[in-house]
Amino acid sequence: MNRLFNLALLLCIGAAVIASFNYLGIDLGELGGAGNLKQMGAYAQRFLSPDLSPGHLQAIGHGALETLAMSALGTLLAAVFGLLLALPAAGRYGWPLQSASRLVLNALRAVPELVWAALMVLAAGLGPNAGTLALALHTTGVLGRLFAEALENTPPEPADAIRLQGANTVWAFCYGTLPNLLPQLLAYILYRWENNIRMASVLGFVGAGGLGQMLYVSLSLFQEAQASTVILAMLLLVLAVDTLSSWSRQRWVKA
Amino acid sequence: MLTSDTRDPAALPRLLLTLLALALLWPGIRFSELDLRVLVASDSQSEMGRFVSAFWPPAHGDEFIQLLLQATLQTLAIATAGMALALLLAVPAGLLASRALSLSAASRAGHPSYWGQLLRWPIRGLLIFLRSVPEIVWALLFVRAVGLGPTAGVLAIAITYSGMLGKVYAEIFESVDQRPVHALLQSGSGRLAAFCYGILPNVAAELLSYTVYRWECAIRASVVMGFVGAGGLGQQMDLSLRMFAGGEVASLLLTFLVLVLLADQLSRLLRWRLT
Repeated sequence: MNRLFNLALLLCIGAAVIASFNYLGIDLGELGGAGNLKQMGAYAQRFLSPDLSPGHLQAIGHGALETLAMSALGTLLAAVFGLLLALPAAGRYGWPLQSASRLVLNALRAVPELVWAALMVLAAGLGPNAGTLALALHTTGVLGRLFAEALENTPPEPADAIRLQGANTVWAFCYGTLPNLLPQLLAYILYRWENNIRMASVLGFVGAGGLGQMLYVSLSLFQEAQASTVILAMLLLVLAVDTLSSWSRQRWVKA
Repeated sequence: MLTSDTRDPAALPRLLLTLLALALLWPGIRFSELDLRVLVASDSQSEMGRFVSAFWPPAHGDEFIQLLLQATLQTLAIATAGMALALLLAVPAGLLASRALSLSAASRAGHPSYWGQLLRWPIRGLLIFLRSVPEIVWALLFVRAVGLGPTAGVLAIAITYSGMLGKVYAEIFESVDQRPVHALLQSGSGRLAAFCYGILPNVAAELLSYTVYRWECAIRASVVMGFVGAGGLGQQMDLSLRMFAGGEVASLLLTFLVLVLLADQLSRLLRWRLT
């Protein structure tokens, strides 16, 4: 019986794959046809000579800095607001506030960054400000939830001890809870920063500044040489951030 | 004698570190043109307010529901077809890139010879290249190469996900006990047979659950890719946003949330049944 069910499940998966190719009407034979491949090859070839002129490189440098700043500030804002929302979401101020802040966090998290960016471009106008706000909003949802879980799992005894000595709640939180929590919070923030720098470089597609906007514009103008330099810059940026964050993780989080 | 000290002994270094961080962040604030005031400024607030107030009620005309259904099906189909194509490339690439099937490693305690490592590098490099360009960039490129529509989305998912799946598959093959496959290889079996009987039984569950998880990610990615014209819910959302049709945006967002929730449940069911 169990075997039969699994077999039926596998057949369903196969049928779903075939049905989706049929539904989309993708003709792989035609797509791989000689004429089409030649056209695509010619298009790809135009990317092979990246534009390395100093003027363009300078523009790319500016775009990369913009992307970096967007992702860093977006993550930082999200860390601050996430912590503020995580305190009620961890159940510290009673259940009405807990469920309300959880609802807010879930709503923030459920909408993807790119959709937030499209909405923020309407509110804040074109440019990196919209991208920063979009990243901050989505990441607040993610970090808030992670922080709330971390808060629930920290031992309450140190904070209780400080409070029993006569300190108020703020000091108890700062010196009793936060030191235990900090490595975990830092790890989450670094992880999200890594994600956000990838997102920041593509948020520009909806007009939110950074390298993405340059790529979108130069592809729309059929300047493939310039576009390929932007793609190279994106790859370098992602690699650099990966190295930096893995280094800082070893340096600060594990210690 | 113990004296009580109410000062924080680490206050000064902490203050200095904070000041240093702020000094580093200052250029960042200028570059990102951060201006939180736009969120509370009256004109942008009234603009946003008008847009958001149109969210209720979500659009539910017959024609729009039909459109919504088609876009949802298209999104699902893009994710499924993209994953199927990605598997076509990822499985052979994973087999080629994995050290687990190295003949020289079988007799050298798991470390392949110099040549064995060198020959695997091109495949690894290809996989790195495929996955390090974000899928939405691939989608943007393919929209120019093959035109607007779901084909670009399918190809973009196929390329990025084959890079990710190939790398993860190769690592999963290496992560299990290597002794069965080494024994098979040293007693003269072919590599494919050694893989089927020495590795596959150990890794099947992990492969399946990772693949299903990636399918779930592909659904989310295919929604986002629609924003650059690769079909599905995202393209519809882009259109509605440009027309400031708040009600339509609201029902598209709701559909997206329901779709993600359902995909989450389905992938949980599949993982539970098949692993």
